[in-house]
Amino acid sequence: MIIKQLSVFLENKTGRLNEVASLLGDASINMSAFSVADTTEFGILRMIVSDPCKAGEILKEAGFTIRLTDVICLHSPNVPGALSKALNILAAESVFIEYLYAFSMDKDSANIVLKPEDIQKCIQVLKDHQIELLRASDLYEF
Amino acid sequence: MIWNEKIECADRNELRAIQAERLRETVQRIYHTVACYRKKMQEAGLVPADIRSLEDLNKLPFTVKQDLRDNYPFGMFTVPMSEIVRIHASSGTTGKPTVVGYTRKDLNNWAEMVSRALCMGGVHRNDIVQVAYGYGLFTGGLGLHYGCENLGASVIPISGGNTQKQLQLMQDFGTTVLACTPSYSLYLAEAMKEAGIKKEELKLRVGIFGAEPWTENMRREIEEKLGIKAIDIYGLSEIMGPGVSCECENQCGMHVNEDHFLPEIIDPETLQPVAPGELGELVFTTITKEGIPLIRYRTRDLTRLIYDKCECGRTLVRMEKCKGRSDDMLIIRGVNVFPSQVESVLLGMSETEPHYLLIVEREGNLDTLNVMVEVQEQFFSDEIKKLETLRKRITANLESTLGISVNVKLVEPKTIERSAGKAKRVIDNRKL
Repeated sequence: MIIKQLSVFLENKTGRLNEVASLLGDASINMSAFSVADTTEFGILRMIVSDPCKAGEILKEAGFTIRLTDVICLHSPNVPGALSKALNILAAESVFIEYLYAFSMDKDSANIVLKPEDIQKCIQVLKDHQIELLRASDLYEF
Repeated sequence: MIWNEKIECADRNELRAIQAERLRETVQRIYHTVACYRKKMQEAGLVPADIRSLEDLNKLPFTVKQDLRDNYPFGMFTVPMSEIVRIHASSGTTGKPTVVGYTRKDLNNWAEMVSRALCMGGVHRNDIVQVAYGYGLFTGGLGLHYGCENLGASVIPISGGNTQKQLQLMQDFGTTVLACTPSYSLYLAEAMKEAGIKKEELKLRVGIFGAEPWTENMRREIEEKLGIKAIDIYGLSEIMGPGVSCECENQCGMHVNEDHFLPEIIDPETLQPVAPGELGELVFTTITKEGIPLIRYRTRDLTRLIYDKCECGRTLVRMEKCKGRSDDMLIIRGVNVFPSQVESVLLGMSETEPHYLLIVEREGNLDTLNVMVEVQEQFFSDEIKKLETLRKRITANLESTLGISVNVKLVEPKTIERSAGKAKRVIDNRKL
C-alpha cells in the first residue's frame, strides 16, 4: 500500500528541473506523476517514478538532495464527487494531510497521491471504507 | 570654531612631549595591573623603564582583538569595577562580544573629543542634533550624545530606525545636524523623496557620518540629496568609540586626537612601520584611557597618515578615509560582522554544516546580508513547512548572534564553492 515518492530539493535556478528530468530519462526511468511545491527561495519536486531507489541514487550522485518519502495513492473513478467522498471520510476520522496531487493513467480513473500525517492510520481508515489504494507494483516497473 | 585650540593647534614638539609623558605613565600602569600585558612585555624582554620616548613605542608588543576575547569580559581593565561607570561592547569574531569599560574620566575625555569632532564639522551650540546612531551597547549613540551635550547643542536622542519619526522630527524640530551611518542618511533621503519632503523644507546643514566605510562618491550623493556638508567621523569601541578622529570642514582627512591616542601605520604582513605617507594598517596606543588602555592595538583598518599642515589650522595628524580591512570583518549597517561568527552559529546547530556564503548587497541605500546555507541530506524534508521552520531557526540564531537582520537562503548541497586554500566565504557587492 505504501508507495515511495522521490522528493528532490531544487534551488530556484534556471534549468534545474530539466536536469532532473534528463538524468532520469537517460536512465530510462519513467515519471508517472510529479508536482512542484515552490516558495520564493526554493522548490521541492515530488515524483512517482518507475524505479525510485535507482532514480534516487542517480540524482544523489549528480549532487541533488533527495529523500524517499512514504505516500499512498488513492485510485478513484474519474467522476464528479469522487475526491470529495474520500476526503470526507478522512476528515471524519481526523486524518491530516500534508499535501496531495493527482494524476491519471487512463481516462476512466484518477489517482491521488496523498501524504498523510499518520500513514498507517490513513491506510486503515481508507481500507475500512473500501476505498481502493494502488500498490507499489501498480506504479513501479521491475 | 576650534574647541580646544591649545591642543588641536599645538606645536608638534610640545605635543610630542605630552605624548611621551603619557605613554610612559600608561606603560607603567598596564605593566603593574594587567597580567596579559606584563606577560607580553616580559616575553619581549621589556620592563616599563625601557619605554622612555616615543621612539621606543615600536618595541612594545601588539594587542589584538583575540587578547580582549581571551580576557573576556573584564580581564584587561586596569581599574577595579567600582571605578568603571559604563560598559560598551561590540561584536567579537566568534559569539562573544568585545567588552570595554570607561571610568568617569574616560567618559569626560570622550565627550571632549566628540565635542572637538563636532566643532571640526562646523557644529555649534545653537545646533539641533538628531542622533540616529543606535543607543545601547554600540558606542555610536551614547558617544555622540554626550559629545553634543558637552558642546551645548540640543540633542534629539532618537536612536536608529523608525524612519517616519526621524522625518517628522526633522521637520517639526528643525533639526540642523544629522548623526548616523552614511548609508542610513541615504535611506532617509529616499524616504524623504517618497514622502514628498524637499531638502529645502528642512534646516539640515551638516551630517556627522561614521561607523562604516564610505566613498567620496557616496559623500557627493549625500551632500546633493540632503543639501548638507557630510563629515566623516572615525572610531572603534576598543579605542573609545566615535571621535577618535574626525574631518574638519576642509574634508581632507580625519584629525586624530593625538593627545589621547598615538597612531602608527604598519605593514600587516611584516608588522614593521611603513614609510611616512604609505598605506598600511592603523595601530593605536591609548595614552589617557583608564578603564581599558590598549597598547599598539591593531585596528585592521587600512589607511595612511598625513602630517602636512591642514588649512583649518589644526596641527593634529590626519588619517585618510579607510581603504579597507586587513582581516575579513564586514561592516554592515554600522555593525561589525565576522564570517567566523556565522560559522560558529552553523556549527552550533546539529542540522547544519558550516558551509556558507555571505553576500552583502546595497539595496536602495541600505546594506543587506544574505546568507546561503547548504541543505544537507540529513535535514532535508519534503515538507515545505519543515524547511521553512529550519530556515527561520537559522535566521533567528544568526540574527541574535550578529545583531543585524539577515536573509537566509537554503541552497543545494555542494553548490557553495569548496577550495583547498582559503574558502571564499564572502561576496561584497557594495561599491565601496
